[in-house]
Amino acid sequence: MSSLSGQRSRFGERILNGLFFSCASISVLTTVVVISILAYETYGFFVEVSIIEFLFGTKWTPLLQPKSYGILPLLSGTLLIVVGSSLVALPVGVAVGVYLSEYASERVRSIVKPVLEVLAGIPTVVYGFFALTFVTPALQAVLSSTHVFNAASAAIVVGIMVLPMVASLCDDALRSVPDSLREGAYSLGATSFEVTVRVVLPAALSGIFAAFVLAISRAIGETMAVTLAAGATPNLTLNPLESIQTMTAYIVQVSLGDTPSGTLTYKTLFAVASVLFTLTLCLNLLANAVMRRYQETYE
Amino acid sequence: MISANLRRRHLIASLFRWSCIAVTGVAVAILCVLIYQVTTVGMPWLDLQFLDSFPSRFPEKAGIKSALYGTIWLVGLTALFAIPTGVLAAIYLEEYAPNNRFTRFIDINIANLAGVPSIVYGILGLALFVRFFHLERSVVSGALTMSLLILPVIVIASKEAIRAVPQSLRQAAFAVGATRWQVTRAHVLPSAIPGILTGVILALSRAIGETAPLIMIGALTYIAFVPEGPMDEFTALPIQIFNWTARPQQEFHELASAGIIVLLVVLLLMNSVAVYIRFRGSRREK
Repeated sequence: MSSLSGQRSRFGERILNGLFFSCASISVLTTVVVISILAYETYGFFVEVSIIEFLFGTKWTPLLQPKSYGILPLLSGTLLIVVGSSLVALPVGVAVGVYLSEYASERVRSIVKPVLEVLAGIPTVVYGFFALTFVTPALQAVLSSTHVFNAASAAIVVGIMVLPMVASLCDDALRSVPDSLREGAYSLGATSFEVTVRVVLPAALSGIFAAFVLAISRAIGETMAVTLAAGATPNLTLNPLESIQTMTAYIVQVSLGDTPSGTLTYKTLFAVASVLFTLTLCLNLLANAVMRRYQETYE
Repeated sequence: MISANLRRRHLIASLFRWSCIAVTGVAVAILCVLIYQVTTVGMPWLDLQFLDSFPSRFPEKAGIKSALYGTIWLVGLTALFAIPTGVLAAIYLEEYAPNNRFTRFIDINIANLAGVPSIVYGILGLALFVRFFHLERSVVSGALTMSLLILPVIVIASKEAIRAVPQSLRQAAFAVGATRWQVTRAHVLPSAIPGILTGVILALSRAIGETAPLIMIGALTYIAFVPEGPMDEFTALPIQIFNWTARPQQEFHELASAGIIVLLVVLLLMNSVAVYIRFRGSRREK
């Protein structure tokens, strides 16, 4: 807001301005520190391990002999969780969003929305407990080849975990489509299905896309449920019934032990975290950019 | 006469409508199963002895005393660090900041920080607070890490609340000669307080439930004492739940479930307070 007075501001005002500015700058400082720490330790890691081996190696055994530092097994583990959770959360999330925005009455909405918020606030360790004590035994009852720790159980639970977020963001995107579009389609004789699928959903596509991207980013960074339910064996596999390890679960596994700083194992933490950070940052930037675009379209 | 084609289209429409309703119903049902499943087995374990005992190798003697105190310490210090910083940052961005490149950069930066995985904050806490500043595995390390984690949430919520204050309120105060701080303190903040409080409570409830960053900075240790100061080692409720869940014995799973009940009750209470404040705020506006 531009200053309404022509005179120079008072001394006290300038001090407050400086104080508030430094509080706001903490966020920028956080980003800078995160990036420098990750870059510094990852550089130290690459001094000892070649970047080619890290990115394309197919064995991840930094805690066992012979040591080997190929991140592909951790990436494939993370990919399994992302694909599995997306299969659960994305279709269901869109359907719930469509129901909330197109069909539900105000009364139902006013109940379901806060319920979704509460569910989004359940700690992830609780979901991990649920995966281990309910989803895994259920899977084992259906498919006997399921291991005690398996990617499928963790993926399903991560899907349930991000579902409220997807539903809520889809609902917002659909509701930001102006009613005139719906009324135009109805007046041409379209049914509610045709209005929703051919008019409203395409108009809200960028918002829904952003919701999907954020869901994937959340699934990549999800830690406790995959640590508890997916196991600790870095396997280069696409079989969801086997035990795997994600990037986040590896970080937890190392920090559960006592790792002195400066060792190569300590540096692997930062190398893996760098990959994790870069992936999620790119996805978040993409989602935020898309979201700003669609907000401009209808405002 | 209704043509066969039209009948088919209406059939599809109602099928679609009912499948959306059914999917929503199934989703809500799954979430009910979740709550039921994670709380039932722990019910018999939930008593005063459970709340007032230290963790133990023997399930029947184990409790969450140190975890409960640890969580209270952690959330108290986090609130102390994060609330003033977050609210002041929001005031700056909404009321004081010039509309330039750097301000927009801060905005985008905060939006992205909100999406950084919590475990990355854990790594930050480990390298910065535990190792670099030598705060060791103390409550204060944990609280500082948690503060950075929830800061974006507080800033975003407070910004929204401040932005919702009508511009006319500010203009009226400026017109009678108030300085920017007087306008902010006497007019903007009082009307933005319900929104800010809601955001703060939701952010703190996130801090209560986060596990991964605390594991990173090393809070997962067998702790049989209550922290007495900010430099003491600590454990927290979600860490204790994780510890018990990761063990193979059924008894410890039941203990974990009892811990989950305590955690969920605390979170539910905080959420209800937030919903109530928002409800009162929205009623007063009308």
